[in-house]
Amino acid sequence: MYLYPKWIRAWHLINAIMFLILIITGISMQYTDKGNPAYVVGFAKAVKWHNFAALVLIINYIFFVTGNILTNNGRFYRLGEKGFLSNLQKQMRYYSWGMFKGEKHPFPVTEERKFNPLQKFSYVLVMYIAFPLLIISGIGLLLPEITITTFFGISGLILTDILHITMGFCLSIFLIIHVYTCTLGARPTSLFWGMISGYHRED
Amino acid sequence: MKLFLFRLFILSVFFNLFYLSSPGSTWIKNETNAIQDTTTFVSKFDSLNNRCFKCHGQPRYEYTNESLGKVVRGNMCSDRVVHKGEFYSSNHRSFSCTDCHSEEYAKFPHAGELRMEQKYNCLDCHGGDTKFAKYHFEEIDSEYRQSIHFKMEDQGFTCWKCHNPHTYKITVRNSTNLKSTIEYDNSICLNCHSDYSRFQLLSDRKEINIIQKHDWLPNQALHFTNVRCIECHTQINNNIPVSHLILPKEQAVRLCNECHSQNSLLMASLYKFESRKQRRDGFLNGIILNSSYVIGANRNEYLNLLSLIIFVCVIGVIVIHIIFRIRKNNRTY
Repeated sequence: MYLYPKWIRAWHLINAIMFLILIITGISMQYTDKGNPAYVVGFAKAVKWHNFAALVLIINYIFFVTGNILTNNGRFYRLGEKGFLSNLQKQMRYYSWGMFKGEKHPFPVTEERKFNPLQKFSYVLVMYIAFPLLIISGIGLLLPEITITTFFGISGLILTDILHITMGFCLSIFLIIHVYTCTLGARPTSLFWGMISGYHRED
Repeated sequence: MKLFLFRLFILSVFFNLFYLSSPGSTWIKNETNAIQDTTTFVSKFDSLNNRCFKCHGQPRYEYTNESLGKVVRGNMCSDRVVHKGEFYSSNHRSFSCTDCHSEEYAKFPHAGELRMEQKYNCLDCHGGDTKFAKYHFEEIDSEYRQSIHFKMEDQGFTCWKCHNPHTYKITVRNSTNLKSTIEYDNSICLNCHSDYSRFQLLSDRKEINIIQKHDWLPNQALHFTNVRCIECHTQINNNIPVSHLILPKEQAVRLCNECHSQNSLLMASLYKFESRKQRRDGFLNGIILNSSYVIGANRNEYLNLLSLIIFVCVIGVIVIHIIFRIRKNNRTY
């Protein structure tokens, strides 16, 4: 079934590339040292590429939010339906137990249910909480002159940076889990191909 | 829900934008602020010195010419003006004017030959004196003689070009406000390097636009207000309080991770005196956090460890999951 329209695939691709650049350059800025002047990328290059990728990511995020408002794709990100928590548990039980016992997927993908409850919950957390926090704190670091100098006696820049690297780390962990769970389709590569072709193949 | 979150996001952006502090896009304009004086020091030579400050304490002077029988007004040459407030907050504030200048200046009008008076330099008083031995003035002098200032302009350049004996005060060693110390110290460099009329007095070089020369530096204004020029433009020397070996521009620090690293050179320069204090909150080079924040230098060891543990756990769970999938597939086929 056709699940991923072109605009979502384009957004997803740009998001993935920019996020990878941001992770690599972010780690480089944090851990590049005199002994290893290019931990992954040299500091000066890392700053330039991090700033560039961040700007593209912000524009891409605005594109995503606007797309979700203007199309009915936004409905997949609405939480709060009845039995959501028990559905979440069912999905977690399936991933940790049921799938090894040959049980059927509790929430097979349909055109009306693109995400299983666990996907939906994590995507809402990522796209509507972690991403905005990451972007706001990133803007605070990109333009330090607009950042609060002190907040309850602690440097605003430290708080902004800790928030930024914490969100960056959480999203990096999400990325690892996201990529791994994408191998749980009909075949290990079928969900990846789905995001390229737009067509989802169910088991 | 989505609309609420979106509005919250927009509100947060504005919150961040409105609680502004403006650190110094106008850093050059503000350079004189650091010199403002609030000293309450009372000199025992106050009345003696006041005879000098009467004319030399401001840019305009007046006196009664008794032979002409009238009041004469004139402009004081700027090199001869010493603001009383600045002098009494300087290192040399306990001196009387005639400790360094001829007693003959007590007479007015001053004798013409006094213009030929030999001026002291730092080592004339500070050199070879056990009281000042811990500051290693001889080593400072030796560094100065290797510096680009001395090499390029050995005739015109003296200690006084940077350390005005009437106004100079030690700052970083006793600083309680590092930002104003940085502003004060940088204003010493900018006195000439951002004022071509003064620069020309010592050099035949064309005007240097420092802002353009530092175009390569990200967040330029932030760097200029949070570190001193000498952090990058001198060679570190642990024996003396402040390095005086000003390097040629080709040898200035340009590698970001000289400072943005766990063994940041800032700990041996700007934070040299503060670095003796300890902070026990897990931040590397945590003392920097009292006044600033340096990406790469201020990592938090606890967060590093926590993130490593989480990363290893996630990878571990994934590996276990893969093993179970493989076993299941083997059983199936």
